[in-house]
Amino acid sequence: MPDGAEPVLDVRGLKTVFRTREGNVHAVNSVSFHLRPGELLGVVGESGSGKSVTMMSLIGLLPSPPAQVQAGQVLLDGRDILHVSSTELQTIRGGRIGFIFQDPMTSLNPVFTVGSQIMEPLRRHMGLTKAQAQARAAELLDLVGIPDAKKRLSGYPHQFSGGMRQRVMIAIALACDPRVLIADEPTTALDVTIQAQILELVRDLRQKLGMAIIWITHDLGVIAGIADRVMVMYAGQVVEQAPVKDLFTRPQHPYTRALLKTIPHLAGPRGDRLQVIEGQPPILMAAPAACPFAPRCAHAFERCLRENPQRRPVGQGHDVACHWEAGGAHA
Amino acid sequence: MPDATPRKLVEVKNLRMHFPINSGILRRHTGDVKAVDGVSFDICEGETLGLVGESGCGKSTVGRALLRLYEATSGSVVIDGVDIARLGPEALRQIRPKMQMVFQDPQASLNPRMTVAAIIGEPLAEHTDLRGDARLARVHELMDQVGLNRAFANRFPHAFSGGQRQRIGIARALALNPRFIVCDEPIAALDVSIQAQVVNLLEDLQDRLGLTYLFISHDLSMVRHIADRVAVMYLGQIAELSPRDALYADPLHPYARALLSAVPEPDPTLESSRRRIILKGDVPSPANPPKGCNFCTRCPQAQPVCHEVKPPLLEVMPGRHVACHFVPPETATAGPTGGAEAKRHNQQGEDR
Repeated sequence: MPDGAEPVLDVRGLKTVFRTREGNVHAVNSVSFHLRPGELLGVVGESGSGKSVTMMSLIGLLPSPPAQVQAGQVLLDGRDILHVSSTELQTIRGGRIGFIFQDPMTSLNPVFTVGSQIMEPLRRHMGLTKAQAQARAAELLDLVGIPDAKKRLSGYPHQFSGGMRQRVMIAIALACDPRVLIADEPTTALDVTIQAQILELVRDLRQKLGMAIIWITHDLGVIAGIADRVMVMYAGQVVEQAPVKDLFTRPQHPYTRALLKTIPHLAGPRGDRLQVIEGQPPILMAAPAACPFAPRCAHAFERCLRENPQRRPVGQGHDVACHWEAGGAHA
Repeated sequence: MPDATPRKLVEVKNLRMHFPINSGILRRHTGDVKAVDGVSFDICEGETLGLVGESGCGKSTVGRALLRLYEATSGSVVIDGVDIARLGPEALRQIRPKMQMVFQDPQASLNPRMTVAAIIGEPLAEHTDLRGDARLARVHELMDQVGLNRAFANRFPHAFSGGQRQRIGIARALALNPRFIVCDEPIAALDVSIQAQVVNLLEDLQDRLGLTYLFISHDLSMVRHIADRVAVMYLGQIAELSPRDALYADPLHPYARALLSAVPEPDPTLESSRRRIILKGDVPSPANPPKGCNFCTRCPQAQPVCHEVKPPLLEVMPGRHVACHFVPPETATAGPTGGAEAKRHNQQGEDR
């Protein structure tokens, strides 16, 4: 991972609010992160932690209303894309930023052939002729490991299995050689043996194509096997960010620690009881004034209830948003 | 686990569940989806049997057929000495309280128009004489047992989070003091931090009430945590049925091996060094399973014999059952007695 390289994507202080009848839901609260060229950033968090909403807001995919991006900057290769016109945003989406969604069935159009769906971004963003686009589409299907690619172009999504559909989605996302690929829970809907196939494919493609990837998931196992760096989100905030090995060997935030302890393992000693995190994640009807994890935190003290902690460095490329320090000293 | 030879509470023999395919204008019967195709296993009293497999392998169908939510095509299901599959409607109703189910989706399995008290109280109204205050008292007791606040008894399901809704579903399943509970992916819809809460609750209840579980799940790490023995299903059949520690330490069936190797471990050092078996292709359709071994189309070790002859599920080591031509019985016989003296060459020649 080139450490000094300019980030391809630099997100600063992103804030997104949903206006609902019950009031404003603060879904993303001052999220900042960057992505270096060729890097795979894992984003983990439970449902409602704001991981998907963060990524959707930065490329303007949230319907507004109810969503409203209230503050922040999103620099793609140094240029703020949060305030560009919607036509320009359209050329960025599918062009320089590719997107893979969770459910390959609902994100492919059932009435168009797979070929025409792969060709669409090629013709739109790269101005290829029909014949060129067709050739490139076959190449892409071949790249993502679909046998007999040329013939499968004329197939419809329902003629593909779940794993194959996700391969098609990856082919579409890769069509225009994106600088950044955002993958939102791309393997969650798949079975483990198919997930293993897709993870293998992504590892392989990264080596071949060298794009930067943001991989959103709730599965810490997947992250461990694929990410360079990990960002843990809770209640719309980044609570910890670290190189992957650091995160698993010396997690600092009480939430990360608890999360790692709650999941049972496939190998190694088997505990009698699972550790639990009591309580529920909060629904933020106001911008958090205290640490949002404090009510569930075993280490919370008085300061946590009156001041929302800022992220502070605790190691090389490792930062944590927590007032509690003791953990850092002897972890 | 009790140390004395435990009593078998559930005995399933050769269970088949075929769903007919009707096609054409006349809706003629043209084939069957063989969702479950000859599955046999026992569950001892107080035991948890894990049933794992990928989507479409028939694990949920087994659970439902076991409680006769489906009418099985053939085979027998004996629960506590009674063959459920052959009971008449009234006799079945009498026995229903003994066996209950916890469903996957707590949102869909709770009636949104009923209060929590009404949901948990419904089985009591149906099967017991408890009325009025006595019934409410039992509902409160059940809510205490699963860790729900009594004050919420008059709320509706939508006011609860996913984990709490699953607790309501568990309380309802416990209402009639069942002996046997089928847990069909009870944690699949929940977040990781909530999954642990529900699994711990299920374990506590088992300890306290002596329950027997069939725990259906696709989460192999969680099954390792909760189950005593584990059955791995593939395309309507059991590929391997082994004690938990033996299976996870040394899976014998090639599918079990591939499945376990595909589960990502939350440990980057281990992940980078792990040898993975990546299976090619997809699961065949259960309407048209391959001839021979069901796994032969994807098996990395498949030989010509696998495409011809279906391997039976045999006890290859004490307590370990495997359906594969290339995992021959070592010490135990395939017979029901499982005599330890049997020699390794017995009747192998004729069988395969």
